[in-house]
Amino acid sequence: MHELAIAQEIVAIVSDCAAGARVTRVVLEVGKLAAVLPDAVQFCFELCVEGTSLEGASLVIIETPGLARCRECGGNVPLVRPFGRCECGGTDLEWLSGEQLKIKEFEVV
Amino acid sequence: MCTTCGCSDHSRPRLTDLETGLIIPLDDHDEHSHAFDHGHDHHGDGHDHSHHHSHQTTKISLETAVLAKNDRLAERNRNWLAGRDILALNLVSSPGAGKTSLLERTISDLAGVLPLSVIEGDQETLNDAERIRATGCRVVQINTGTGCHLDAGMLARSLDQLNPPPGSVVLIENVGNLVCPALFDLGEHAKVVIVSVTEGDDKPLKYPHMFRAGSVVILNKIDLLPYVLFDESRFLDHVRQVNPALRVLRLSAIRGDGLSEWYRWLCTQSTERSRPNSAVPQHEEETESSKSRPTPVRPA
Repeated sequence: MHELAIAQEIVAIVSDCAAGARVTRVVLEVGKLAAVLPDAVQFCFELCVEGTSLEGASLVIIETPGLARCRECGGNVPLVRPFGRCECGGTDLEWLSGEQLKIKEFEVV
Repeated sequence: MCTTCGCSDHSRPRLTDLETGLIIPLDDHDEHSHAFDHGHDHHGDGHDHSHHHSHQTTKISLETAVLAKNDRLAERNRNWLAGRDILALNLVSSPGAGKTSLLERTISDLAGVLPLSVIEGDQETLNDAERIRATGCRVVQINTGTGCHLDAGMLARSLDQLNPPPGSVVLIENVGNLVCPALFDLGEHAKVVIVSVTEGDDKPLKYPHMFRAGSVVILNKIDLLPYVLFDESRFLDHVRQVNPALRVLRLSAIRGDGLSEWYRWLCTQSTERSRPNSAVPQHEEETESSKSRPTPVRPA
């Protein structure tokens, strides 16, 4: 349940940057390979915002697909899990995308 | 209880020095990762809205990694360790895979060969730290309370308290959990994943992030192979699918099979990391070909 620690960190970072302004919306990018469950982050976020300048803010999560390059044939391999097999049979994959876990933006009033 | 994060006086993270009995809370609200105003006194009827009811919103671009703070602290730990030639290894597994037994055995077998100290991570109890202390090894305990993993800040505080000597090895026993510790860099040299044959051969596919994050995997309790349903070749195939570079060491911490290879790996990491000419200890299970190695330092 590392999502609780992640939600706490999101609230801490945004709260700090908002410097007292009321936050209404936070946009988070979560890669499919980031080992983070978006639903769990959403659930924990709602708990963590209580009593902060983010109370009532919505959390929008953008999920980024996983993509790797096969080190054997150079081909692209879409990944839905943190491992996979290239069409050539290769499993030695270099991840290109899908590990993102970042706060893209937030809105204040 | 703090309604913001659920932490309470009874479950907050704390560090215990087994030698001095000193207990340090690690979750003071003024240094907590959510150390901002979340006072509990403004939910009453008199909730005073002082802000303007404007519908104008301002969008602020941030593009900040959520774990940036942990990663910064981890980098600081890495530099601190490197500056003292200290090798730090992060031992991760599910509960009951045998991390503490392997530590006990390793400490006793490598006495006089490698200067070791231990940081014990658990949600609750001092049980494992007491077992390590019984071997005579310096140990501090971190209890994470409700937390499911160690983070770089906890390691920093533990290293401060442990004060390991230059050129030594720090073994960090993480909270028994194959999920969350994979995500948090502590600043360690490598993650050592420990799996026991009683857990099933599909663990790499079930918990791929951990096997991807690891540098070496120890397959423990191989003495139980005749009694459990565990297909070793299938396990190795699953390891290769997830992380083709992962090295597998088979051993039984209780019976002693395969420990020499583990000690050799450990000493090699330590030698590369710190001092030259580290002796590589032998073990009863050594093969004939490896018996020409340096004299064992293992106590009788």
